[in-house]
Amino acid sequence: MQALDIKLLRDFKRLWKQALAIALVLACGVAILLMGLGMYTALSDTRATYYERNRFADVFVTIQRAPQRLAAELAAIEGVWAVETRTAGNTVLDVPGSLVSVTGRILSLPPDTVPRLNVPILKTGRLPNPTATDEVMVNANFAIANGFELGDVFYANLNGRKRKLTITGTAQSPEFIYTIGPGALMPDNATFGIIWMPEPAVAAAFDMTGAFNDVALKLTANAREAEVIDAVDTLLEPYGSLGAYGRALHSSDGFIDAEIKQLRNMASVLPPIFFGISAFLVSMVMGRIITLERSQIGLFKAIGYSDVEICLHYLMLAALIAIVGIAIGWGVGAWMARVLAVEYARYFDFPFLIFRTSPWVYAASGMAALLTTTLGAAQAAIRAARLAPAIAMQPPAPPQFKRSILDRAMSVLRLSQPTVMILRSVIRWPLRSGLTMLGLALAVATIVTPYSFNYVLNKMIDSAFYDANRQDAILIMAQDVPLSVLSAAADLPAVLQTEGQQVHPVILRSGVREKRTALQASPPDTDLTRIIDIDGGHITVPPGGVVLAERLATQLNVGVGDRVEAQLLGGRRETHTLTVTGLVAQYIGLGAYIDLDYINGLLRQSPQISMVNVSLDVADINALHADLKDIPALVGIVMMTDARRAFSDTIEQNIGVMNLVYITIALLITIGVTYNGARIQLSERSRELASLRILGFTRAEVSYILIGETMLLSLLAQPLGWWIGAQISIAMTNSFSSDLYSMPAVLPPALFARASFVVLLASLASVLLVRRRLDKQNLVSAMKIRE
Amino acid sequence: MPQRIFRTVGITKVYQTGEVKVFALAGVDLELFEGEMTVLLGPSGSGKSTLLNILGGLDHVTDGHVWFRETELTTLSDRGLTRYRRDHVGFVFQFYNLVPSLTARENVQLVTDVSPDPMPATEALTLVGLGNRMDHFPAEMSGGEQQRVAIARAIAKRPEVLLCDEPTGALDSKTGVQVLEVLRDINERLGTTTVIITHNADIRRMAHRVVQFQDGKISEVSINKTRLDPAEIVW
Repeated sequence: MQALDIKLLRDFKRLWKQALAIALVLACGVAILLMGLGMYTALSDTRATYYERNRFADVFVTIQRAPQRLAAELAAIEGVWAVETRTAGNTVLDVPGSLVSVTGRILSLPPDTVPRLNVPILKTGRLPNPTATDEVMVNANFAIANGFELGDVFYANLNGRKRKLTITGTAQSPEFIYTIGPGALMPDNATFGIIWMPEPAVAAAFDMTGAFNDVALKLTANAREAEVIDAVDTLLEPYGSLGAYGRALHSSDGFIDAEIKQLRNMASVLPPIFFGISAFLVSMVMGRIITLERSQIGLFKAIGYSDVEICLHYLMLAALIAIVGIAIGWGVGAWMARVLAVEYARYFDFPFLIFRTSPWVYAASGMAALLTTTLGAAQAAIRAARLAPAIAMQPPAPPQFKRSILDRAMSVLRLSQPTVMILRSVIRWPLRSGLTMLGLALAVATIVTPYSFNYVLNKMIDSAFYDANRQDAILIMAQDVPLSVLSAAADLPAVLQTEGQQVHPVILRSGVREKRTALQASPPDTDLTRIIDIDGGHITVPPGGVVLAERLATQLNVGVGDRVEAQLLGGRRETHTLTVTGLVAQYIGLGAYIDLDYINGLLRQSPQISMVNVSLDVADINALHADLKDIPALVGIVMMTDARRAFSDTIEQNIGVMNLVYITIALLITIGVTYNGARIQLSERSRELASLRILGFTRAEVSYILIGETMLLSLLAQPLGWWIGAQISIAMTNSFSSDLYSMPAVLPPALFARASFVVLLASLASVLLVRRRLDKQNLVSAMKIRE
Repeated sequence: MPQRIFRTVGITKVYQTGEVKVFALAGVDLELFEGEMTVLLGPSGSGKSTLLNILGGLDHVTDGHVWFRETELTTLSDRGLTRYRRDHVGFVFQFYNLVPSLTARENVQLVTDVSPDPMPATEALTLVGLGNRMDHFPAEMSGGEQQRVAIARAIAKRPEVLLCDEPTGALDSKTGVQVLEVLRDINERLGTTTVIITHNADIRRMAHRVVQFQDGKISEVSINKTRLDPAEIVW
C-alpha cells in the first residue's frame, strides 16, 4: 500500500466520529432513495404483471339493465379487444358468529368458464358449480378475516329472500387489490367481501336473466380510451348507464396509483435535501482538514506529488465517508423496503410481490451519494491542489477581520469580548454561517412539515366525519323507498334518531363544462348530517335551487344565481335546470346539495329516500345487527362510529411511525451539522481558547465562546426553519388538493415549538459533546501547535 | 573542475502586500556546482529562503532566469516543476514537516512511492542512524530524530540536490550537531549537492562555499579552504 493511502486510512480513522455524523445524513438520502425507488419499481412491476396476467380491464361501466345482445355490439366498438358482461350488486350478509353487519358485493361468474377479464386467481378450493344456486367463491382476505373454511356457510339477502350460501373456494382478483366497501373510509376485510356466484343464480336473484348491469372492456394496444368511452356511453345511454370510466377512476387502481406516485415523489424530493446537506458538511470538514494540513500539502508538492494526486487524495477521503454512508443507506433502505412491503401486504391484496431491488437502483443511489459528496469535497480538494508549494509551507495569514457597522453597534452595546468574538466569527464567514443555519433550518422543517399534516388530517377528519356527518350508521336501501321507512327504522333496536336522505348520481352541466358527482337531497334542519363550511358554519339549503361546493362551482364556472343543467343518472333519468342558490367552501368532495321536498317535487314523486342516517344507543347494538341481517331492502350498512375509530387509529399509528422517522432524520441532520461545526470551530480556535485560559478565563467562560456560536446559529436558524417548513407544508397541501380535496394548511404555534425544541436540544447535546474536549485540552501543547 | 548544477541570472522576486512592494530578491546571479556543500547565510528577510524555494521549483521568479544543468527552470510549467522536484530535488525543512499520521518508514515511503529510482526506505533511515526507530510515529520521536527522518525522506530518492532550510533551527546544539553530521555524511558519501540555509554563522565553516545575503542581494561569496567538522561547531 502506498504511503499516501496509509495516511488516508489513518486520517479517516482519526476523523471517524465526524465522518459518521456525515455518513448518517448521507445514509438517510441513500436509504430513502433506495426504498422509494425500490418500492416504486416493486409496486409498479407487480401491478403491471398482475394486470397483464389476469387481464385487468381498461374501461368499466355500470348500467341499470341492458339486454345480453348488446355484448356483441360493445365488442364491435373500434378499439375494444374483449368484453365481459356480468351482473353485480351489493347485499347485506348474515355471517354466523359475526355480531356486526357485513356487506357483500356479488359478482356473476360466466356460465361455463372463468371470466375473460379481471380473471380471479383461485387460492383454495374450487369454482362454484355453474348450475348450483347456493355455491359461492369469496375473496381470500374476507374468508381469512371471518375465519371461513371451505364448506362454511353464510346468508345473504337476495331478491327479498334470505339465502344460504356455501363457500367452495377463495380467490384474489386484480379488480380488488384495494378493497373498500360502499361508504367506508378504509378497507375492512371482516365487514366487506367479494362474492362470486354462477351467473344463473345471480341473474335470478337480481332479476337480470338475459341481461347485465356491469361491463368491463379491455382495449387493443393502440385504442383511444376517450373514444371508446364515448362510444360505450352512446350505446348504453338508453339502458341507464352511469357513464363509462377508465382505470383512472377505478377505486382500487386509483389507490395503488396514488401510492406509487407518492413513492416516486418521496424518492425525488427528500434524497436531494440529504445529499445537499451531506455535501455541505463534507465541504466544511474538508475545508478545515486542508487548512490544517496546509504544510503537509506543501511538503507533498515539494516531494513531487502532482496536483492531481493531491486532489485525488482528499477526494478519496470524501469518498470513504460516502462509502460508509452508502453501505449504511443500502442496509437501512433494504430493511425499510421490507418493512414497507409488509405494510403494503396489509392494505393491498396482491397474489405475489415482485420485489427485487434491481442493481441499477443500488447503483443509482450509490452514485448519487458518491457524486454529491465528491462535489462537496471538490472545492476544498482543488484548493489543496492549487496551493502554491512555497506559500503552503508558510503559516497561513490570520483571517482578515474588518470593522463594520455591527462593530459600532457592538461597542455601543458594550458586549463582552467573548460575545464580540462569537459575533465577529459569525460575520467573518457569512457563507459558512448561512449554510449552517440553512442545514439546521432544514432539520426544523423536517419536523414542521410532517407534523403539520397531522393537524391537517385532524382538521379534515373533524370537519368531514365529526361535524358534517354525525350519524352512527348509514342504512343504504336497494332502491328509493317511501318516507314511512323512517318510522320503521326508528322501531329497530338501539336506534335513537333517524333522518332520511336521497342520493342521485348526476352529471351537472354549464355550457361545455360538465362534472359527474352526487346530488345529496336532505330535509331542512337535519341534525345527523349537516353541510359544514371550512369555518365550521352550518349551511341550510334553501328550496328552489342547488348549493354547490366551491370547487365544483369553479370547475363548472358558475356562481350564485347561475343555472346548471342536472342530468340525473338513476331513477327516471330526467334532466332539470337548477339555479345555484349558494356556494359552500369544503375540504372534501364535490358536493351538490338540494332540498329533499324540492327534488321530490321536481321528480313529481311522493316523498322518498334512498338511505337512512341513524344515531344509536351502543348498549343495544348487537340486537340491531341481528335485526339488520333480516331486512331485505337493505343493500349495505356503514357503521360510521367503527369506521371513524378504525380510520383514526390507523392514521394515528401511521403518523406515529412516520413522526418517529422524521424526528430521527431531523436529529441526524442536527447532529451532523452542529457536531461537525463545533469540531471545526474548536480546531480553529484551540490556540485562541488556550490563550484565553492562560490569561485567566475560566473553563465556563471559554466554553461560552464555543457553545455560544453554535447555539446562536441554531437560534437564528429557527425562524428560517419555521418559514421553510410552513412553505413546504403549504406547497404540499396545495399539490395534494385535487378534484376531490382541498387541504387546508394548519400551522399552530405548538407545531413550531415542538420542532425547535427537538432541534435546539440536539444542537446543545452535540456541542456539549465537543465541549468535553476543551476540558482535556493541554494548555502548553495547544500553544505550541504551529499553524 | 566540477560541473555547474545551478545558474541564476538577475533573478528578482517581488511580493506585493497591499500597496507595498517587497523585493525579496533584487537581482541575484549565482552559480552552484556538483557535489558542493553551500551555506546561504543572512538575516531574516534577506532572501535566502526565497532563493532556495526558487531553486527547488517551489516558487516562481518575478524576473530573471534559473537553470538546473541545461534545463531552464524559469520556463517550466507547474507540471514541469513538479516533475523536476520529483526527480531531482530533496528538501529538508526547519520544522521537519513530517506527516504525523505516518511512521518514520511510511514518511520516507511517501517519496519512494513516486521517485523513479529510490533507495529502500530502510536504507535511507539506516543512513541517518534511525535503523531501529523505523516504526515510530513522529510524536514518539525527539526533534533531532524527526529531522533525521526528514533527511532520510529527502535523500531516499537519490536526489542530485538537497535543499535544507534551517535544518537545525528548531534543535538544541547536541541534536543539531547530529543532523549536521548526517548532512555532511550524505554530501560526502553520495556526492549530493547540498544547500543549507542557516542563521548560525558557525555552520558556514563546514561548507565548501558560503554565500552571504543582505536585502535580497548577495553581499559576499567566500570559499572555505579548511572545513570544520560538525562536532567542532559551537552553537
